[in-house]
Amino acid sequence: MKTTGIMTKQTVFSLPLNQIRKDFPILSTNVHGKPLVYLDNAASAQKPLPVIDAIRRYYLTEHSNVHRGVHYLSERATGKYEAARSTVKKFLNADSEREIIFVRGATEAINLVAATFGRVNVQAGDEVLITELEHHSNIVPWQMLCEEKNALLRVAPINDRGEVILEEFDRLLSKKTKIAAISHVSNALGTVNPVKHMIEMAHRKGIPVLVDGAQAVPHMRIDVRDLDADFYVFSSHKVFGPTGIGILYGKAGFLESMPPYQGGGDMIKSVTFEKTIFNDLPYKFEAGTPDIAGAVGLAAAIDYINLFDWHVVEQHEQELLRHAQEKLAAISGLHIIGEAAEKAGVVSFIMDGIHPHDIGTILDQDGIAIRTGHHCAQPVMKRYGIPATARASFAFYNTREEIEALVKGVLNVKEIFGHV
Amino acid sequence: MSDLNLKALYQEIILDHNRNPRNFKKMDDASCSVDGYNPLCGDHYTIFLKLDHDIIREISFQGSGCAISKASASVMSTVLKGKTRAEAEEWFEKFHHLVRGESNSGGSMDELGKLAAFAGVSEFPARVKCAILPWHTMKNALEEKKETVSTE
Ligand SMILES: Cc1ncc(COP(=O)(O)O)c(C=O)c1O
Repeated sequence: MKTTGIMTKQTVFSLPLNQIRKDFPILSTNVHGKPLVYLDNAASAQKPLPVIDAIRRYYLTEHSNVHRGVHYLSERATGKYEAARSTVKKFLNADSEREIIFVRGATEAINLVAATFGRVNVQAGDEVLITELEHHSNIVPWQMLCEEKNALLRVAPINDRGEVILEEFDRLLSKKTKIAAISHVSNALGTVNPVKHMIEMAHRKGIPVLVDGAQAVPHMRIDVRDLDADFYVFSSHKVFGPTGIGILYGKAGFLESMPPYQGGGDMIKSVTFEKTIFNDLPYKFEAGTPDIAGAVGLAAAIDYINLFDWHVVEQHEQELLRHAQEKLAAISGLHIIGEAAEKAGVVSFIMDGIHPHDIGTILDQDGIAIRTGHHCAQPVMKRYGIPATARASFAFYNTREEIEALVKGVLNVKEIFGHV
Repeated sequence: MSDLNLKALYQEIILDHNRNPRNFKKMDDASCSVDGYNPLCGDHYTIFLKLDHDIIREISFQGSGCAISKASASVMSTVLKGKTRAEAEEWFEKFHHLVRGESNSGGSMDELGKLAAFAGVSEFPARVKCAILPWHTMKNALEEKKETVSTE
């Protein structure tokens, strides 16, 4: 099938940004009469034409339900859906398609593990370990589980730079810890956690680890076998795919031992009123008609980013990050929150005497989209004693010029507030 | 166009009240105090009222939030001091109409006085709730007092 984007696979040493940006039509739109500068990629990334077209083509010519009919379209849809699973499997370097579960997103994936693995394995007096920089979606499901089971939620603290204190993490991995759930990259601070090392620490004590990869997958190559992650979760919409779909990767051994999450069609082998025999992996965890078009779109997104050399992508993003941090830090009265040695494309900042919401509103009038607020990470805000930050987050399609626009916008904020 | 909108939003009077909020203090002998919280933004204020029968003798506030919400609380405190309960509710309605850009704002700009500075908010739908938060909190405080009074 012909690809609709401009980009084709090529070996490059720098990203052909002009061509890439043409593949993302929304990036050429205007907001309040100004060219859009989209720096809210950590909230959700934009979609390239091949993704939009794959979904359109699917609905135009290929749609029916999956795993149900013997007719042409049902087989076609099933084929596309399962091919998408293979694409994800290769993307994560998983062992088998059986380990790839389609869910609604990172949030649902974590809830699934908490409600199945957690319900079976966590008992009264047990512990679940998370870190201080988690997104609410990697806090609340565990908190709910612990409350229900009378278990204890332990939290590994971060230092002032926004890095998990590894000695503390290691110390908190106790005999009672039944699972550790840690993010790969912090959405509020940009910190890249040394997850491979943290997983080693946990495994030395026989503790399984769930990695929340929602913010990592858009920025780096993920190899779940190299990491030795027991569970790895992410959302399609942050990695240039559609909303409404995401992935739970789990080692087959764990997934097999876990009870189903929801009951319904597709997740069964046979049903009588006396007994239901559950289906094999991965279908055991996919009750009901799935988001087939979403899976097709996610596969198209993965195919798209696979056109690029990850080293080049990472280099470009690190360059944007360095440039943004340098320029912003030079503005008096501006403070960057989160200065980990290893960061992915996120700059959180605050300004003396100016609330982040006012920064967001003023930048928006310049067509610059950033996120302001607590970023679903209120414990992180509390750690720094602030109610909110302004956050610019980058994708590989962002340019140096957009960083300049951000810096100019921030200077304008100061001017409007009379802090020149 | 957009710069004009911004100037209309961040008027000098708003910036001034943000920098130097009036009646920005805890009131130890308040008749009632109510917390107002905007979970999306994290804006958080406490409004204190001292009522003398039907009249607001003193009004003050504490808390934190964006320039719009803080200035709104500050200006509100200067407007409502000495007003009756009924007058406060009238002002609440007027302010509501004003920031929502509803034409029947219940009075000319002259009549609105300092509150007219908030007219620019109506161009920023995402910020309307910031401006309104302190007013809603004040209204809750008034109504709570009413309840307490009626149960006595
Ligand atoms: C680190 C992290 N984890 C989890 C999530 C939740 O993702 P979703 O809302 O797509 O389920 C997010 C999204 O903001 C995130 O940044």
